[in-house]
Amino acid sequence: MIDAALLLVMGVLYAVGVYLILEKSLTKVLLGLMLITNATNILILHTGGVSGLPAFFDSEVAAEDYFDPLPQALVLTAIVISFSVTALMLGMIYRSWVLSRRDDIQDDAEDRRVAAQPDYDPEDDDAAPIEPSEFEGSEEQREEAYRQRKQAERAKKEGSRPQAPDEVPGFSGEHHPHLDQGDRDRGEWHA
Amino acid sequence: MSIVDIAPAAVVLPLLAAGASFTLYKHPNAQRLLSVVAMLATLCLESVLLVSTWGGEPQSVTLGAWAAPFGIVMVVDQLSSLMLVVSTLVSFAVMIYATGQGLADGDSDAPISVFYPTYLVLLAGVSNAFLAGDLFNLYVGFEILLTASYVLMTMSGSAPRIRAGITYTVVSVISSMLFLISIGMIYGAVGTVNMADIAVKAGHLPVGTQVQLHLMLLVAFGIKAAVFPLSLWLPDSYPTAPAPVTAVFAGLLTKVGVYAIIRTETLLFPESRVDNLLALVAAATLVVGILGALTQSDIKRTLSFILISHIGYMIWGISLATPEGLMAVVFYIAHHIVIQTSLFMVVGLIERRGGSANTDRLAGLAKIAPILGVLYFIPAINLGGIPPFSGFLGKVGLIDASVQAGTWQGYVLAGVGVFVSLLTLLTLTRIWNRAFWRKPEDAEFPDPILLAKDQDGKYGVRTSGELDVESRRYKGKDVTLLPRPMMASTIGLVVVGVAITVFAGPLFDLSDQASGNLSNPQVYIDAVLGSDHGASAEGGH
Repeated sequence: MIDAALLLVMGVLYAVGVYLILEKSLTKVLLGLMLITNATNILILHTGGVSGLPAFFDSEVAAEDYFDPLPQALVLTAIVISFSVTALMLGMIYRSWVLSRRDDIQDDAEDRRVAAQPDYDPEDDDAAPIEPSEFEGSEEQREEAYRQRKQAERAKKEGSRPQAPDEVPGFSGEHHPHLDQGDRDRGEWHA
Repeated sequence: MSIVDIAPAAVVLPLLAAGASFTLYKHPNAQRLLSVVAMLATLCLESVLLVSTWGGEPQSVTLGAWAAPFGIVMVVDQLSSLMLVVSTLVSFAVMIYATGQGLADGDSDAPISVFYPTYLVLLAGVSNAFLAGDLFNLYVGFEILLTASYVLMTMSGSAPRIRAGITYTVVSVISSMLFLISIGMIYGAVGTVNMADIAVKAGHLPVGTQVQLHLMLLVAFGIKAAVFPLSLWLPDSYPTAPAPVTAVFAGLLTKVGVYAIIRTETLLFPESRVDNLLALVAAATLVVGILGALTQSDIKRTLSFILISHIGYMIWGISLATPEGLMAVVFYIAHHIVIQTSLFMVVGLIERRGGSANTDRLAGLAKIAPILGVLYFIPAINLGGIPPFSGFLGKVGLIDASVQAGTWQGYVLAGVGVFVSLLTLLTLTRIWNRAFWRKPEDAEFPDPILLAKDQDGKYGVRTSGELDVESRRYKGKDVTLLPRPMMASTIGLVVVGVAITVFAGPLFDLSDQASGNLSNPQVYIDAVLGSDHGASAEGGH
């Protein structure tokens, strides 16, 4: 017979695990993952079928009296893997706490910036300016005309100007070979 | 002793080298040398495997002399050996690139004692997944590569990387759990985890059970392959990783998921087809991915969305369920791994030279660094599908297969595919216009390095020229903006991308052989279980 108590435990572990994963707190998400891992281990154990003798060979015992040892081997591997991943995640969560004093899943700043962009993009949507011929006048004159035109465009753009990539609150620049990020890298990062 | 017996070395060699390079953590140069040599050796070995599969049927290696279906088997066929060679080639190029970056920046950001061993472990995991003839061994391969990827993703532990790394890790762990649950259920249903043995026995299950097991596997692999409703984690996490790591992840990791989907569709559950679902998902992935790419201003994020979109091309080919479709998919995967990785490598160089990977900050690179323009342009139009490049050939292969299949789904997908290829070109051209063509002072927020002038007061300081800005100094030391090893490896991979176009004929031949073997699962089953496997059907319970 399949063990009903174990099945029940498995179901409860899955239910609680899924509930915890949907939380915003990282620690709770981790706990949820651990519960789901354990529920899965029980599930695999179930696939061995009815309980039987340990799989040590004995010529007296008929083949069907043994318990199937393969699921146990699978579970053992799965436990080792989930153990190491849990340790690594704890490390990450601690690092997140050190860096930002926060134990919750944070929004992606770039996502928010893209979402906040106005629909109207002057560069794409403005009527195309009438360009004077590129072949008239000296190079300096053309450069000057170009610069004036651009300045006018920029003045017009100011109104609907998008946020600069690092003006978004909570955004910390990417690894940048030219700037000394200093404090930001060392962990003085303010949410 | 046949040639395929060396297949396990493709996994063992990188793992051993990873262990050895850990012990060399005090000698960075020895560590670099060891890693490069180990990777080259793996590449040679896999090339031998690839050549040995030419024109043949799948071959299997039983590990520890435990006969299948009880022991662990590795299976070498055209698909797996092609994936092995391409993935190791790309990883090798990225490793040189990362070494160049490390040498130039003094490795202050990425502890070198961690990078090389982890990278080799990643390669071992990828190889293991491609070679696995056993569902649980496939799971182990996935876990090896994922665990290594968690470490690489959060390298240096800065705030954005930790934020992105946690999302990535949680999503990956959940997908692995789904995979593990599916393995448990499959074992419960058929009493085996050997893929060939499952293929023999799954046909006897009730159709409902087959579809359920099939769908569970597809969801698990779909998360890893970043197929549309399950792809939202990817653009969130990939762009924040260090440039070489993003490059190798974008090239390889999603393709391992696609590879697993191919095996599921052709070998494990060929009888319970879900082609309409796959076709729908392919169309959604293609369209949603590319629309996401159009709205981004960060090049890395744009490329991540394009990556998702182009996974749709592969799912399209799989959903056709014809040998022609599979042939086009195999070719497309090989093409896409190389092109996507080289584009990410170029973006890493753009970020170094231009100070940012955001098109709001970039401009005038065509004048400042023309070589970057060439390196970006070739893979970009290749990805966009301009003839005669391999991106065009792959798409023509897919459209041809759709027309031959003659279903309305095929025609719709062909239309969507052409439209998306056009939008891909539009997206990549926008990057080109903004980052390369306009003048530095036209950028919304030009990076100071773009406005730096040389002695004559002109923009466009060459790397060899004198910079009068402080920003050239990073953490108190001078940096080389475009180090030679980084340039060389990027050029190398771009050349490989062009070579795929030049040698498209032989590659299509190989893809044809691969799809021939994939379309006939019996040859795979015979290779693993032997042609007299009827007796083993008694196993299980």
